[in-house]
Amino acid sequence: MTSAFAPTADPGRRSAAGGRRNPTDPHHVGHGGPGGGGPSARGRGTGGPAPKSVVVSYGFWLFILSDIVMFATFFAAYAVLKGNTDGGPTPAGVFGLGNSAVETACLLLSSYAGGAATLAARARNARLFYAAMALTFALGALFIGLEAREFVDLVGRGAGPSRSAFLSSFFALVGCHGLHVSAGLLWLVTMVAQVYAKGFRADILRRFHCWTLFWHALDIVWVGVFTVVYLMGVYA
Amino acid sequence: MLGNLTLAAIPLDQPIPLIAAGLVGAVLLATLAYIAFAGYLPYLWREWITSVDHKRIGVMYTLLALVMLLRGFTDALMMRSQQALAFRSPGYLPPEHYDQIFSAHGTLMIFFVGMTFMIGLMNYVVPLQLGVRDVAFPTLNSVGFWLTATGALLVNVSLVVGEFAKTGWLPYPPLSEITYSPGVGVDYYLWSLQISGVGTLMTGINLVTTILKMRAPGMNYLRMPMFCWTSLASNLLIVAAFPILTTTLAMLLLDRYLGFHFFTNTGGGNVMMFNNLIWAWGHPEVYILILPAFGIFSEVISTFSTKPLFGYRSMVAATMVICLLAFMVWLHHFFTMGAGADVNAVFGVTTMIIAVPTGVKVFNWLFTMYGGRVRFDTPMLWALAFMVTFVIGGMTGVLLAVPPADFVLHNSLFLVAHFHNVIIGGVLFGGFAGLSYWWPKAFGFRLHEGWGKAAWALWVSGFYVAFMPLYLLGLMGMTRRMQHYDDPAWRPWLIVAAFGALMILGGIACQVVQIIVSIRRRDELRDDTGDLWDGRSLEWSTASPPPAYNFAVLPQVHGEEPYWGMKQTALEQAHLSDAPHYEAIEIPRNSPTGFVCAFFATVLGFALIWHIWWMAGAGLLGAFATFVAFAWRDRAEVEMPASEVARLDGDNRRARADRLAHLEAAP
Repeated sequence: MTSAFAPTADPGRRSAAGGRRNPTDPHHVGHGGPGGGGPSARGRGTGGPAPKSVVVSYGFWLFILSDIVMFATFFAAYAVLKGNTDGGPTPAGVFGLGNSAVETACLLLSSYAGGAATLAARARNARLFYAAMALTFALGALFIGLEAREFVDLVGRGAGPSRSAFLSSFFALVGCHGLHVSAGLLWLVTMVAQVYAKGFRADILRRFHCWTLFWHALDIVWVGVFTVVYLMGVYA
Repeated sequence: MLGNLTLAAIPLDQPIPLIAAGLVGAVLLATLAYIAFAGYLPYLWREWITSVDHKRIGVMYTLLALVMLLRGFTDALMMRSQQALAFRSPGYLPPEHYDQIFSAHGTLMIFFVGMTFMIGLMNYVVPLQLGVRDVAFPTLNSVGFWLTATGALLVNVSLVVGEFAKTGWLPYPPLSEITYSPGVGVDYYLWSLQISGVGTLMTGINLVTTILKMRAPGMNYLRMPMFCWTSLASNLLIVAAFPILTTTLAMLLLDRYLGFHFFTNTGGGNVMMFNNLIWAWGHPEVYILILPAFGIFSEVISTFSTKPLFGYRSMVAATMVICLLAFMVWLHHFFTMGAGADVNAVFGVTTMIIAVPTGVKVFNWLFTMYGGRVRFDTPMLWALAFMVTFVIGGMTGVLLAVPPADFVLHNSLFLVAHFHNVIIGGVLFGGFAGLSYWWPKAFGFRLHEGWGKAAWALWVSGFYVAFMPLYLLGLMGMTRRMQHYDDPAWRPWLIVAAFGALMILGGIACQVVQIIVSIRRRDELRDDTGDLWDGRSLEWSTASPPPAYNFAVLPQVHGEEPYWGMKQTALEQAHLSDAPHYEAIEIPRNSPTGFVCAFFATVLGFALIWHIWWMAGAGLLGAFATFVAFAWRDRAEVEMPASEVARLDGDNRRARADRLAHLEAAP
């Protein structure tokens, strides 16, 4: 995945490294043998700094890891406070699987649509790219809408975040994910605008690649939320 | 319109913060006016404020740390003098003001002196040691710095507009909840740390990516200088631990702003969870601070002993073991909270285990000196003071790791003495060693030795006079953070400690004079060789100060201590390697993104503290617009032509050739 954009990302740099294309490592990311790869491997010590596409993705992976630590902290707080209902609603009392199952379907399908957008970008097919991004946006927005409806409904039933520590930790965990998805939607719009204004330029493709990483990571977190909060809440 | 902000927020009835803020404001205004009238403003904007060069950003980080050190130390002087005076009397600082002072002192010293100092030095040195041209994300680096500056600014604004937290440097609930701290103090604390924390996380990601993905050809992991290794460990800890801080503070913010029940007494909140979470970040934080300092000492001790670092690989292993163990000891910060004997025992033992890799390091430093030609320049003096002081601090730490002993010493001045012993003796001395060691690299002239040695002598002796009495007072039962007391046995020791603080003041004065004198006499202190200390790693192979691109041609690394190897080869062959073939170099373009973004972050933070919602929205929108504007730019780099590179590198090569001739002429 990281190498998807390397050929267009920095052709100048690659030729500076000698321009040789190693068949097992066409994008010089360091494949081929333990401890550093072949002589043309870059970023592994032997061949000098890694190409920009690798550096950007690598940095973004680190950001995602740190973001996962953030979610892990909210998950831990939820696990600690789940039983502290203060005489108010319990998990089984407030969660239903119907809404969250639809939410899950929306988010997973939007990831699929995002994947289609990646393929379209690789094929430089602008029309398909816009269509796939529009679908991604619609599904993501639907997810946010469903989540907002659930939140409003809970608050209306007197099960808002200030009711008990359990509900505080629920709203914080799920709300944090929802904020991330909203930010991802905002980023999606600027991403489409950038492609519209500037075309499939190397730096824009690198950013788009980071956005897809972000979007997929939110899926993974949601799978955790669905399992820990909704499934375990309803069936425990 | 202005939320909770009214004129009453300015403490007109309290002369001390007003005078302090007036002084700071006057100095700031005078500096700005001087810069504007002398016509330096365009230069400042072009070359510094919008710079994305890791060297410039490193210098600005370090400068920020030194300025904040002055502010934090002023707080320290006030606390020491208050306690010296407040025997059976109220002293001169009322309790609510005294509480703000110790909270601000801790916050400033940890986040805006310790972290900022270390990040500044890492920023400056790591890319140079790796033999590359910049960090992985230059503009992000600038954003990170300016967000840190925003945090520091907000803490200082609390001097005049409102108040600062009265909760200590870690705002333990329920005291920090809205019920018991209804003022804006805790909000100042929370928002400044949230904003600067984002900057720190950016730096962490940036430096880890730089170290793991951008190294000169041939620079394998086990050829990296020790400082790069400890920087790697420290920044890995930042990436893994800072999100915990952000989340924990976010929970407290939700409690305070939206009535959540994470840490409240009511609604099923869990106060203990705050302690667990904050120290799950807080203990790694200790190593985020000290590991880079370990790296600095490794470089300094090896260079000034004219020997390779003893046990390099064991040093690497020890660093990474500390990096891992950092996450396994957090509970020792609250043994007394009743987790039970078994849990306490486990965390006591893991804490003691950390002393093992640390001991490995101390022995490696000693053996590096053994048999070496040791030169006692200022950086080495700081390293020597560190070795003695840090070992004492480490041993009192192991003592505190014994749960029964901790039950006696918990929350006492013994603890205060311990962590000052390791943070001043480790982090701060490390910062000073690094400052005097790399200053000539950064500016092309060395710092004045005489004033440096005087500062060293006063700092080190002042430290012992100020903090050894605190160990005794802790054993005598004096708890920390006391505004007044009535035990006559404590008083003499508190007066001695205040005298020690005055000696440290003398040390700081010497440092200020040292910098002024060095700048004024820069012509006689100039170093043209670029390799003042006979260094061993790559930063000494380029000119002082290094050109914007660092290295005209990326150096080829063939072993540990690459520059030492190059020098030996040149000496054996009696001439420098042939002039390389120069190519045009792409240099990242400057960008005001960081500064503009931090401006909006300041607006946002201030608005949130005072509940001015429209202003918060404007700040958020402005920050977003800044990023969109950045995303829209078309050229990320400017090209320096090969002829210019060749001209600049020619100067550097001539200086090296002169030095080689000089070395050969010497017997």
